[in-house]
Amino acid sequence: MNKVKQKDLILYSGLIILGLAAPYLFSAFKVQLTYLCVLIVLAMTWNLQGGEMGYNTFGNILFYGLGMYLTASVQVGMFFPLAEWTESGGEKTFVHTTAQYFQGICVGLLVSAIIPAIIAGAIGYAILGLRGHYFAICTLGLGIAAGEIAGGIEIIGAGQGFTTPPFPAEIVDTEARGKFFYFLSFALLVGTFIFVKYIYGSRFRLILNAIRDNEDKAEAMGIQTMKYKIVGWMCSAFFCGLAGGIMGGLIGYIDSTDVAFDGREMGVFMVLMAILGGKGTLWGPVIGATLFHFFKEGLWTLILGWQYVALGVLIVVIVVYFPEGLMGWLREKYPERFGEVIDEKDRKAQVELK
Amino acid sequence: MDFLIFKAPMLMVQASLDGILLGILFALIAYGMALQWGVMNIINIAQGDLVILGGYIAYTIYLWGIHPAWGVIISPIIMFFVGWILYKLVINKVVDRDLFISILATFGIAIVFQQLMNFIFGADVVVAQSEYGTTMLFDNSVTLPNSKIFSAFISVLYAIALVIYMRKSKLGRAIRATAQNARAAKILGVDTEKVYAATFGINAALCGIAGALISITLTLHPYVGLPYTVRSFMIVIVAGLGNLPAVAVSGMGLGLFEEFADYILGTEFRIGAVFMLLVLILVYRRFKLSKKREYLK
Repeated sequence: MNKVKQKDLILYSGLIILGLAAPYLFSAFKVQLTYLCVLIVLAMTWNLQGGEMGYNTFGNILFYGLGMYLTASVQVGMFFPLAEWTESGGEKTFVHTTAQYFQGICVGLLVSAIIPAIIAGAIGYAILGLRGHYFAICTLGLGIAAGEIAGGIEIIGAGQGFTTPPFPAEIVDTEARGKFFYFLSFALLVGTFIFVKYIYGSRFRLILNAIRDNEDKAEAMGIQTMKYKIVGWMCSAFFCGLAGGIMGGLIGYIDSTDVAFDGREMGVFMVLMAILGGKGTLWGPVIGATLFHFFKEGLWTLILGWQYVALGVLIVVIVVYFPEGLMGWLREKYPERFGEVIDEKDRKAQVELK
Repeated sequence: MDFLIFKAPMLMVQASLDGILLGILFALIAYGMALQWGVMNIINIAQGDLVILGGYIAYTIYLWGIHPAWGVIISPIIMFFVGWILYKLVINKVVDRDLFISILATFGIAIVFQQLMNFIFGADVVVAQSEYGTTMLFDNSVTLPNSKIFSAFISVLYAIALVIYMRKSKLGRAIRATAQNARAAKILGVDTEKVYAATFGINAALCGIAGALISITLTLHPYVGLPYTVRSFMIVIVAGLGNLPAVAVSGMGLGLFEEFADYILGTEFRIGAVFMLLVLILVYRRFKLSKKREYLK
C-alpha cells in the first residue's frame, strides 16, 4: 500500500512541477496551455454529472457563460458604470489601474463561482427531476436559451458583445498577461483535481453511482437522491463558473452565443472530451481533454474551414464506435491494472457458452 | 417592451393567423420526429438541419429557374435518399442503444450538415421568391402572404396522404408493427432493418417538404436548424407519440405562442422564448408527474 502511495506522490509532484514549468518551457504556447487547463476542468466537472451521476447534461455551458459574464461585469462594475462601458467601447475611456484590475478580477471570480452554484441549486430541484434524455434536451434548451437571452440584454452588450477590461498596461513585462492567466487556470485545475479526487474517495461518489445505476433503488435504500443530485450539480457549477471567468479574461471579448454560451463548441467539447477519455473515471477526462486539445490544435490549422466537419465526424465516430472511451478500452484490455480480478475458468466457460 | 398588440386588435388577428399557419408547418416536422422516435426510439437532433437541407434543395431549383413550389415534390424525393444513406451510415448503429448516444451522434451529424451547407450554399440568409402575392383581410389591416396559406395547405395534404399510406400500405403496416414490438415483428418476417431505413427516409422526406415550404415562406440559413429540432421535440412531448390530431393542435399552439412572443417580447427574444418554453414545459410535466411519484421517461 505504501509503495502505491509513493508512486502516486511521485506522479503528482512530477505533474505539478511540469505544470509550473510549462509556461517557461513552452512559452509560445501559454494561451493553448491555459485553454488546456480550462478544458480539463470542464471535462472533469462534466464527468461528475454525466459519468458518475448518469445525468448527461448539455447545460454546464450555462454556468460557464454565466461565470464569464459575471466576472467581467463585476470587474467593470466595481469601478465604472457598466452601461456606459458596454455602450461605446468603454475600455477606451475608462482605464483600470493595476490594483483595480486585480481587485476586480479577484472579486469577479469569487462572484462567478458562487452565483452559478446558487443558480444551480435554485433550478436544480426543477431540472434534475427529469431523467435520461429529457434531462439532456432540457439542459440543451437551457444553454441555448441563456445565450439567446443574453444576446438581447443591453447592459451586457447585447449582440455586439462585451469587451473585458484589458490587462493593465503598467505592467511592462509582455509575458505577464499570459503567465497570469496560465497560473490562474493551473491553480483552478489543481483545485478541481484535488476536489474531484476527494469526491472519488468519498461516500458521495458511491451515492452518485447508485443514482446512475438505479435511481429508484437508491431512493428505496433511503438515500435522498434529489439532495445529492443538487449538491453534485452545484459543485460542477462552481468550477464551471470559475473556468468561464478565467476564459473571459483570457479571450478579452465576450459574445453571447459564440464565446460565452457556446453550446456548439465548448458545450459539446466537454461532453466529447469526457467520453473520449472514459466516463466515470478520475483520469479519463484529463486524458481525453489533453488528447482532444492536441488533436484540435494540431488539426484545426491543417484543415482550415473543415474543422467543424471534422468535429462532427469525430463526435459520431467517438460516440458510435468508442462509447466506453480510452479508459474503458484499457480496462477491457488490462483489467488487472484496475484492480479487477478475473476468474479465468469463469471467462472460458462464458466464451464456450456463446 | 411595448404592448402594442393589446391596443390593436387587428395585430392580434394577424399574429393568430400567422401563428396557426406556421404551426401547421411545425406539426409536419414534428410528425416526422414522432415517427422515428416511436418506431426507432431515437431522438434526432439533426431533424432541423434536414429541414434546412430540404429548403436549400428547393432554393437550388429556384436558382435554376424552376418555380420553388416544385420543391415540395423534388425535395422530399432527394431527402428520402439522404435519409436512407444517413441511416445506413450512422443511425443503424445507434438504434438499439441508449437514447443519449443517439442524441450525441445526431448532434455530430447536425454539425457536419450545418458546416457542409455553409460551404455549399454560403452563410447568407436566403429566401426563394414564390411570387404568390398576398391576401388582404379586414380592410387591408391584416396581410397574409399566399405562400403561407399554400404551405399550410400542402402540409395538411401531405400529412393526410401519409396517414392513409401508413394505414393502407404494406410498408405502413410493417412500420406500425415494428413500432409496437420490433422483436415480434422480426419473428413474423418483417425485415426491421429495412423498415427502420424506410422510416428514417420518410422522416427525412417530411423534413424535405417542410424545408421546401420554409424556403418560400420564411428564410433559410445554415445555422437555424436547431430551433426546428427543439420545436418538433416540444410538440412531440406535449402531444405524445403517434397522436396526429394532438400533434397538429400543439403545433398550432406553438406557432401562436411564437408569434405572440415575437410581438410582446421583441424579435430578438423569439428563439430564446422557444427554448425557455421547452424548459418550462419539461419542468411543468416533471412537477405534474412527481405528484404521482412518477417521472418523465
